Amino acid sequence: MERMNVFDALDCTTVLDDPPAEVHVPAPRSPDTGGKVDLDRRQFLDRLLATGATGLAAALAGGYVLGSTVAPVFASDPEVSTKHKFRYGMVIDTRRCVGCKACMAACKTENKTPPGVYYTVVVEDTRNSEFDRPLFMTKPCFHCEHPPCTKVCPVSATFKREQDGIVVIDYDRCIGCRYCITACPYGARYFDFGENYDITDSGGAWADVPSPEYNQYRVREDGESPIGNVRKCTFCLHLQDADGKYSREEGRWPACAKTCTGHAIHFGDLIDPESEVSRLLVERQAVRLKEELGTEPNVYYLL
Amino acid sequence: MDIWLKRVFWAGGGLFFAIGIFGWFDRLSNGHLNTDYGSVIPWGLWVAAYVFFIGLSAGSFLISSLVYVFGVKRFESIGRIALFQALVTLTLALLSIWVDLGHMSRAFNVFAYPNFKSPMAWMIWLYTAYFALVAVELWFLLRRDLVVGARASGVRAKVYKVLSLGAKATSDESVNRDRKIVKVLATVGVPVAIMFHGGVGALFGVVAARPGWNSGLFPILFLLSALASGGALLMLVSAIFQGGYHRNSETIVALGRLVLGLLVLDVIFQASEWLVSGYGNVPGHVEGLKLIFSGPYWWVFWVWQLLLGTAIPIVILATKRGHSARWAAAAGGLIAVGFIGVRLNIVIPALATEEVVGLTSAVDNPRITTDYFPSVMEWAVTLGIVGLGLLMFGLGEYLLPNSSEEVSHVPA
Repeated sequence: MERMNVFDALDCTTVLDDPPAEVHVPAPRSPDTGGKVDLDRRQFLDRLLATGATGLAAALAGGYVLGSTVAPVFASDPEVSTKHKFRYGMVIDTRRCVGCKACMAACKTENKTPPGVYYTVVVEDTRNSEFDRPLFMTKPCFHCEHPPCTKVCPVSATFKREQDGIVVIDYDRCIGCRYCITACPYGARYFDFGENYDITDSGGAWADVPSPEYNQYRVREDGESPIGNVRKCTFCLHLQDADGKYSREEGRWPACAKTCTGHAIHFGDLIDPESEVSRLLVERQAVRLKEELGTEPNVYYLL
Repeated sequence: MDIWLKRVFWAGGGLFFAIGIFGWFDRLSNGHLNTDYGSVIPWGLWVAAYVFFIGLSAGSFLISSLVYVFGVKRFESIGRIALFQALVTLTLALLSIWVDLGHMSRAFNVFAYPNFKSPMAWMIWLYTAYFALVAVELWFLLRRDLVVGARASGVRAKVYKVLSLGAKATSDESVNRDRKIVKVLATVGVPVAIMFHGGVGALFGVVAARPGWNSGLFPILFLLSALASGGALLMLVSAIFQGGYHRNSETIVALGRLVLGLLVLDVIFQASEWLVSGYGNVPGHVEGLKLIFSGPYWWVFWVWQLLLGTAIPIVILATKRGHSARWAAAAGGLIAVGFIGVRLNIVIPALATEEVVGLTSAVDNPRITTDYFPSVMEWAVTLGIVGLGLLMFGLGEYLLPNSSEEVSHVPA
């Protein structure tokens, strides 16, 4: 039984995607700086001082160890984590999913994942009789509140980012033991065995453009990371702006959600009560997979 | 050592080692490309081999501690070889898990950036301590013989000279001091060995996502199977080396009784685990068990593990045959080999189920499947590691002081 017209939900989003700036950010925003925060001189100096001090403290407190291996994208920016805190998540409407797998294709194109590595897969539940309507479900990483995968990593190479709750992997630290794959209850992690699609092996335009993943633009070479690493969905965090925000209008939106033909994949900030995802969770009945494990996924399914 | 046994031994070790060179070459030049595991079954033969070897090491160390901590006279003559076996099998275990890493050169990260919330980190730190401890303990155990041996001439003497690390003393006081040090090290080693091998059990046991592993019995089960398999291999090894079954016959028979008890205990624990997890008919638990008992590799359980590794050796050891050192040693060999099947059945079936229904049919890729059989390269690498172990035993027998020629080093 439909409790709400799904198209209404969609219409809401066009309004909600561009909320009044005051709702999200403390500082006034200027439209011509691409969403960047405008500061006056005083604020700028204060902020410089604050970051300078924390930077120095971090450097003193064993900064060398962290600085040498943690790419900038992994560093918890104090500004971001205190002033804008996000909890990105997805609400996936199984009634709207037609099983076209466009999300899988879009994800592969965006992240340029090799064969055998899928940041999302569309599973089809075929347990019911052939006369039943099939249940399709796209399954990205759930970016759990309590991720069992990060806990078991012997070198802390995979962790949950404080500022936005995205579970990431530091490719330069990961030793490739695959313990996290065994610990993930949702099959969201994949090992990069070093296989390539023909289009990558044969050179040309596709091979020349590196994956934008983590904004690292790594060139794919035998034996070099991410080959030999575990890989997973990042909610396309390379599309965030400096404040950690996505923008659907500017096309900076997780590839699967952006491309979803049935508008089944809804993405947004679960902390913001006005976001599309938060509204859908209030309005519709949602489930999360394997609640009994206490992982508290940030990806919900609408039935 | 009988001459034919010696020949079989060196030939087997050499052959396996040669096969291993091919495997290691492939592994080092092509990475994980030619492995058969994937992202659904991410751990395969190498992890099973690692659990097998590490169990042998913990088991033989704990048995050696019967001599050096508890002063059990009956096992005196095989104390040294037990410790040597602990060192050799530990080396093989570390090689097996090292080759399994996606980035072998980053193994050091576990020391540079340890995450002590991870049982894997506990384990690796404990191994390191254990490795150093076993090596030092073995050195003190052999020190006097090395110093004495270095005084002769020939290849062995040169090796002894190097291994003695410049030690000179051969007096009774120095030997007494060595004994005291050995006792302290062995005593410290007992909790370390229990912790790290219990830790290996915990490494699997804590994974709530895999119901087949997620049991409080796992750490205990691992300790029992370590003792049983380590003791069993020691029966075979002491029938071949250090005077062989002629000299060690009574010890082997005595060890056989101990191993029989441990094996029966292990079977009881394993049966209890399976009864409780299977009875409830909870799908996650039952799927793995079904694979063990009636999956495509049912014979690993029924033939390898149960018939060859458990039933036949129990019959041998529990009957009159068990009084013969040769039969007992053969039973020990069967138990040790049978435990490879146990390890495979611990690691793989619990992984070989879809975590989300439809996952493996969502994509058509050989890495996303619940089928796994080790590839040729995986076998070759593992055989190479086994071959290295055989050669290490052979070299140890050839080069290290022979306990059949030496004075007792056991603390009174």
